[in-house]
Amino acid sequence: MQEQTVKRALELLADGTVNRVLGWKTGEFAYDTTPAVFTSAEEVEKSFIYNDFCGPNLSKYLIKESRKEGKILVFLKPCDTYSFNQLCKEHRLIRENIYVIGVPCTGKVSAEKIKSSGIKGITGMESDGENVTVHTLYGDSTVKKSDAMGAKCSTCKSKKHVAFDELIGEDGEVNNDNARFEMVEKLEAMSADERYEFWRGELSKCIRCNACRNVCPACSCENCVFDNPESGIQQRAAVNSFEENMFHLIRAFHVAGRCTDCGECSRVCPQNIPLHLLNRKYIKDINEFYGDYQAGADLDTRPPLNAYTFDDCEPSIVYKKGGNE
Amino acid sequence: MQVNENNFRPKIVAFCCNWCSYAGADLAGTNRLNYPADVKIIRVPCSCRVNPMFILRAFQRGADGVIMCGCHPGDCHYTSGNYFARRRMTLLFSMLDYMGIERERTRVEWVSAAEGAKFAATMNEFVETVTALGENKRLEDLRCKSKQ
Repeated sequence: MQEQTVKRALELLADGTVNRVLGWKTGEFAYDTTPAVFTSAEEVEKSFIYNDFCGPNLSKYLIKESRKEGKILVFLKPCDTYSFNQLCKEHRLIRENIYVIGVPCTGKVSAEKIKSSGIKGITGMESDGENVTVHTLYGDSTVKKSDAMGAKCSTCKSKKHVAFDELIGEDGEVNNDNARFEMVEKLEAMSADERYEFWRGELSKCIRCNACRNVCPACSCENCVFDNPESGIQQRAAVNSFEENMFHLIRAFHVAGRCTDCGECSRVCPQNIPLHLLNRKYIKDINEFYGDYQAGADLDTRPPLNAYTFDDCEPSIVYKKGGNE
Repeated sequence: MQVNENNFRPKIVAFCCNWCSYAGADLAGTNRLNYPADVKIIRVPCSCRVNPMFILRAFQRGADGVIMCGCHPGDCHYTSGNYFARRRMTLLFSMLDYMGIERERTRVEWVSAAEGAKFAATMNEFVETVTALGENKRLEDLRCKSKQ
């Protein structure tokens, strides 16, 4: 996969179709990749990588990149293409300035997940597609890749590319088994007190670093409510439980109906808060109340919060719902 | 009126649309119908004007319950405002419930300008429910609590 992507990038750079490449390169650690823009063939040859550690979703970078001079080549995984489509739909991208190559994905390894399983002193990692070999200070150990994937990949919603100019490898299928809502259902079945305890436990870890907002492809407003000192929830260390709750509640609502469930918020959270559970709750509710809707799946359906029907359910449906009081 | 032991009086914020529910509240007044003074009405041009953040802000500033009233579906002065509000509030309330906030603290009721009696009855019932629930502890901002 690595060779194919590099080869194609070099070809497109050489024939002048594009003048830049947006991809991944090694970050601070070998298993920690970071998005990067490559402007020359030498740079691509030297540091471009595509492997099982390339988690970052590149679509949000295109908002700024597509406004620059010339065309840019971008590599998108299936779930990234949903974000890409959603941004196109919201007219945030200049599509003519972008050349999309869809790359297949079999799930990305999450270093956090491996660390949380008790492996310490990691110096490097390698993946062969089946198993992940973890090099540590205390010797090597092997983890099955399926056990090393984060929440975003272990319940993958789709392996199908919904937007691309060309594909490398085979296109996959949409996964309709709704396994990604399992944890949401588990929470819904709890009593209100238990749910409250759960969310207080998770959200009180928040340090307001804003990583979730900055990485979210749906959070692309130029003037964000959290940057407004008059809003009452401006960006600074949260002083009490209200601010911890509110930041995530408001952020989740702002992306409701537009969140493609790319799972970046949970991936980047330094405190490992399962933020995707908030977004998935909205997705699940929208599917239940207003019919199945996948943000970014196409370019023309109306977003659910921008549409209505006369027969929509009443808000009182919430009081009647299952689960405990 | 039921008076409980610790004399707790809830603070209720009611968002009422200018065209139906606010007039409904007016009608309740002119008809001399009783409803608790704990309800503070905020007039909005349309129920669709109610940004979900208004509801959260009300809770932050010490409200114990928030109710939104608008025209009946199909009767909106601006044709479709209440349809959008309905979807928004359904999702917001569902999320509040998901986060463990008592679901009885929030409500949406459609009250037309002719339904003064319904307005009074709704408010009586809502205040009673919130009084039984007690103070809003889960979504409070301690900085906004008055010192007693």
